[in-house]
Amino acid sequence: MSASTTARRARPAKPGAGRSRPHYGTHLFLTVMAVMWMVPLGWALFTALRPKADTDKYGYFSLGGAFNFNNFAQAWTQGGFPRYFMNSLIITVPTIILVLLFSSMMAFAVSRVSWKFNVTLLIMFTAGNLLPPQVLATPLFEMFKLIQLPYWFSDSGSLLNTYISVIIANTAFQIGFCTFVLSNYMKALSADLTEAALVDGAGIWRQYVSIIMPLCRPAIAALATLELIFIYNDYFWPLLFIQSGDRLPVTTAINNLQGTFLSNYNLLAAGATITVVPTLIIYIVLQRHFVAGLTLGSSKG
Amino acid sequence: MSTPTELSEPAAPGTRGSHKTAVRQAKPGRVKRLSKRDKVVLGIMVGIPTLIQLAFVWIPTLLSVLLSFARWNGLSLSDIRAAGMANYTYAFTDNPAFWPAVQHNILWLLFLAVVATPLGLLLAVLLDQQIRGSKIYQSIFFVPVMLSLALVGIIWQLFYQKDNGLLNFLLGTAGTPQAVDWFGNSSVNIWAALIAATWRHAGYVMILYLAGLKGVDASLKEAASLDGANATQTFFRIVFPAMAPINIVIVVITIIESLRAFDVVWVINKGTNGLELISALVITYLIGEGQSIGIGSAFAVILLVISLVPITIYLSRTFRKEKF
Repeated sequence: MSASTTARRARPAKPGAGRSRPHYGTHLFLTVMAVMWMVPLGWALFTALRPKADTDKYGYFSLGGAFNFNNFAQAWTQGGFPRYFMNSLIITVPTIILVLLFSSMMAFAVSRVSWKFNVTLLIMFTAGNLLPPQVLATPLFEMFKLIQLPYWFSDSGSLLNTYISVIIANTAFQIGFCTFVLSNYMKALSADLTEAALVDGAGIWRQYVSIIMPLCRPAIAALATLELIFIYNDYFWPLLFIQSGDRLPVTTAINNLQGTFLSNYNLLAAGATITVVPTLIIYIVLQRHFVAGLTLGSSKG
Repeated sequence: MSTPTELSEPAAPGTRGSHKTAVRQAKPGRVKRLSKRDKVVLGIMVGIPTLIQLAFVWIPTLLSVLLSFARWNGLSLSDIRAAGMANYTYAFTDNPAFWPAVQHNILWLLFLAVVATPLGLLLAVLLDQQIRGSKIYQSIFFVPVMLSLALVGIIWQLFYQKDNGLLNFLLGTAGTPQAVDWFGNSSVNIWAALIAATWRHAGYVMILYLAGLKGVDASLKEAASLDGANATQTFFRIVFPAMAPINIVIVVITIIESLRAFDVVWVINKGTNGLELISALVITYLIGEGQSIGIGSAFAVILLVISLVPITIYLSRTFRKEKF
């Protein structure tokens, strides 16, 4: 910013010097970095587009042979992607709804109503989200194992190996973050909004549902996008709780593809690329919300 | 049922305006104005999330501490035996993977702090200038942030492979005996993993700093350049200190990311052979062969104690000014 202001300032004196002149070095550096940044994904895509027979014949580091989407089709069916994407959906959607419901209620209570343990609870929620999940993984695993469930409900007889276990762990872990962000957002809303409602006799629930929540729509949209990515990308909880391969979500299942597509790097690359696609779609469609969510969480640090 | 206002001010003689100021002055007593029904509603709104948070985050954390002093194979609750400090003694003195894991966690932190985070800051500063194509560059650097660390591990695996990986082709060693198995060779794989982690972390830092830089008052920079400061001086003396709140967030994120590091090494080789990390040790003892809940919990508690340092710094900075 400062460089461009000085450039602009210098322009009347030196009309010949172009505005972009001081940026040549910057552009060179950024271009080199950008190319390096694209190489790993580019290589995966390049490998995925080539048939195995051609890479065997010409080598992976070559341009010979055909380029097509056959690996993607094969990885899709052979790798069982429809199943895994379904599992991701089954886990992600309820988690986001539960996280946003609970954290918005909690955030409302600590930011809009004044009572004794406000800050204590908010600190507890925020701290919980900052813990490494491995700290509580072992007892959580044992707790879920000890919870007895009827076999018609869970074939393991416990919470292990169920979608619910992953949903619970993710919900508990993400509530803290969302509560923190939403409470900051709600605190910034004028106190008069709910004071006026209070005078009109509106109860707490009415204030929450029809006054505060509609005003939080931008924050909720940002958090929903962020959580969508977080939960979709979650590798750890399914790894811990789910033993049956056919119940794993995509992100955790992709690791097993290394075994399924043993040394067929073209298929593995295709599988990895398929996994990227949903995030890229979310990125393109909801980029604004995603970035807003990331910065919402940090701006009020 | 009485209305909330009646509860707080039984006399309520004033006009609506004076009533409002009275309410605001009596802040600590605000809760008194709630009707019984409101209190029940509020209790549910606070109670359910708090119960979830306690039951599935804090009680397990506490149980980790308790189990770290016990010997247990994880089968039946009646098999739990007190073990005193035995698990910690084992962790510190007898476990061959512990000290390498500590070293790797420290290395992870240093690498993120010295390479990845400054790189993200540099990218943010460069992209914050009004240069052509800034948005395109931002998008490119940001893509890895959207990917899971597990996927990052797999994508880099393709890049790092011994015989068919791009890196060895570029180095001209592919197919020769000199070819390095970047993720398999225990003397280099931690560095290879750190570069993969940087790929993601730098973009994350960049986005946060881009937001931070937009928040810095432009007149500060104008004033500095009028006083004859050059771009570097302006940045380090004016802009960077002005971003103090975001700097704290970045420091905390960097420390916590390095303690949480798990997915990448687990995808590569389950945190063995040169890629030991404390977090991976916890899980190895939980679901690996030779399951020992006590030893795994001891590692979890060590991780917890280290994590509490950045968490405490962050919370005390964040909630210092909070007073209701």
